[in-house]
Amino acid sequence: MTWFRRSKENIDSGNQKKEMPEGMWTKCSSCGEILHKGAVEQNLWVCPKCGFHFRIGSKEYFSILFDEGTFKEHDAKMTSKDPLNFVDTKKYKDRIKETIKKTGLHDAIRYGTGKMNKRETVIACMDFAFIGGSMGSVVGEKIVRAIDKSMKLKAPLIIISASGGARMMEAAYSLMQLAKTSAKLAQLSQKKIPYISLMTDPTTGGTTASYAMLGDINVAEPGALIGFAGPRVIKQTIGKDLPEGFQRAEFLLEKGFVDVVVPRKDLKTTISNLLSMMN
Amino acid sequence: MAKVVLEFERPIYELEQKIDEIKNLSDNVDVTDEVKTLEKKVNQLRENIFSNLTRWQRVQLARHPERPYTLDYIQHMTTDFVELHGDRFYGDDKAIVGGFAKLDGQPVMIIGQQKGRDTKSNLYRNFGMPNPEGYRKALRFMKLAAKFNKPVITLLDTPGAYPGIEAEERGQAEAIARNLFEMSHLPVPIIVVIIGEGASGGALGIGVGDRMLMLENTWYSVIAPESCSSILWKSWDFKEQAAEALRLTATDLLEQKIVDRIIPEPLGGAHRNLQQAAMILKDTLLDELKALSKMKPDKLIEKRIEKFCKMGAWNE
Repeated sequence: MTWFRRSKENIDSGNQKKEMPEGMWTKCSSCGEILHKGAVEQNLWVCPKCGFHFRIGSKEYFSILFDEGTFKEHDAKMTSKDPLNFVDTKKYKDRIKETIKKTGLHDAIRYGTGKMNKRETVIACMDFAFIGGSMGSVVGEKIVRAIDKSMKLKAPLIIISASGGARMMEAAYSLMQLAKTSAKLAQLSQKKIPYISLMTDPTTGGTTASYAMLGDINVAEPGALIGFAGPRVIKQTIGKDLPEGFQRAEFLLEKGFVDVVVPRKDLKTTISNLLSMMN
Repeated sequence: MAKVVLEFERPIYELEQKIDEIKNLSDNVDVTDEVKTLEKKVNQLRENIFSNLTRWQRVQLARHPERPYTLDYIQHMTTDFVELHGDRFYGDDKAIVGGFAKLDGQPVMIIGQQKGRDTKSNLYRNFGMPNPEGYRKALRFMKLAAKFNKPVITLLDTPGAYPGIEAEERGQAEAIARNLFEMSHLPVPIIVVIIGEGASGGALGIGVGDRMLMLENTWYSVIAPESCSSILWKSWDFKEQAAEALRLTATDLLEQKIVDRIIPEPLGGAHRNLQQAAMILKDTLLDELKALSKMKPDKLIEKRIEKFCKMGAWNE
């Protein structure tokens, strides 16, 4: 007979992998259901049982939002220059090379033009898989160019965020991307071209403190973590546990910083509908 | 107040003490020559040490407990300062101060983060870490300045925006983002000066301007060296290396074309001679204001946006 019986569940480390693992079958990291990958993909990478939204990348979002065969990517090959010759436990240069090889992406954002329900639209989408979706010079510059494209085509802009914040390895350059993107968005705003910000899991740090929060309309996916400081930092600072649901999309909706929480299957319709009334 | 001596300043401090001792003991003996030699030695030593500071040592100077803060500069370089309060939505954030003041007779709006000097005042000032209402207060002041066509001066000195539950609830990220957005097209000149610590978004939240100036012994980066160490090295012990890797000093940022001008400090740091430090800052600001005042608002905004759009480094 045991003396002690664990009455509570194990402590949740909070950092379970949310990306899709390899193979035919996958397990929902929220409800634990074993799911067929094909079925999940058909359901736009949302768990059919509990509605959990798996983390996906730019490729998937472009396929969800753009009309088939209309998407054209721009500046696809732009890469970071490592302006500071940054070295921590690894050289930043090597980190970039390895990540490019591993992910097939060139940096943490891609943008392009295409049709969304027949409407010419510019979409920039971040990839969390590329160094935590961190924002450095390339992310900033590509957003500026996406905005330029929007202004030239008089087409609405959508930026999809998935990011841990600014990229440390480009130090002050990264920080300046907050100002750079926000300043450029002010230009877009003066031209009265709609900008929709879509925040996905996770959107934190400098990304939230710049373009992600500056949408004419701020949209979020259900359950997405959205905040300025990460939950761990806040917990360390105040020395208390954080309330349930803190910094989730629904929390931001409640506090007035998100206009609407939209499940993935409704994204295209809802955003198109909004744009049809704004333009 | 007890004199705070940084590790690398110790040799200077010890020599200074020795000189004082000799002076005190020499009631009847003539020690002028000896004191003179030692003073010369101290000056040389100081010049030597301060012309070879590591990046981490600069960070330490930027955080020196005796370092002048925003209100010290305001007091020593302006007249007729009237401090204004509140964001008109929530409250008055004590970590950001500001108001109208005259700089050599010329009315300006001056805003900055404010740290405290001791435990009590640090609690009052939240250690210079603003909450969302602080950024909204600053924005209100800037719009007020714009309405009456007065230039804006912001003084940056913060260990970061406050990471707390309430700060998140009231939209810390939105408040900072909004300021970046609004400051980019404020139709009056904005001069930004980093006077101490320029820690990430918390500093930048009042830091978009036409001219970016940095005092000699300050730092400005995306993250503090300690936090950078803890994330990238997974230990708090690599702060010196992190400071080097981040290239966060005034000289570094001038090289990176992020900062336009370095403002020299009195030898040994601004805290050694506040009066002089404030006078140098005042003269620099007047000089910059003169150049900016000639520009039309449209041109000013266009140039400002262009300036930030150029920042970064990438391969096509």
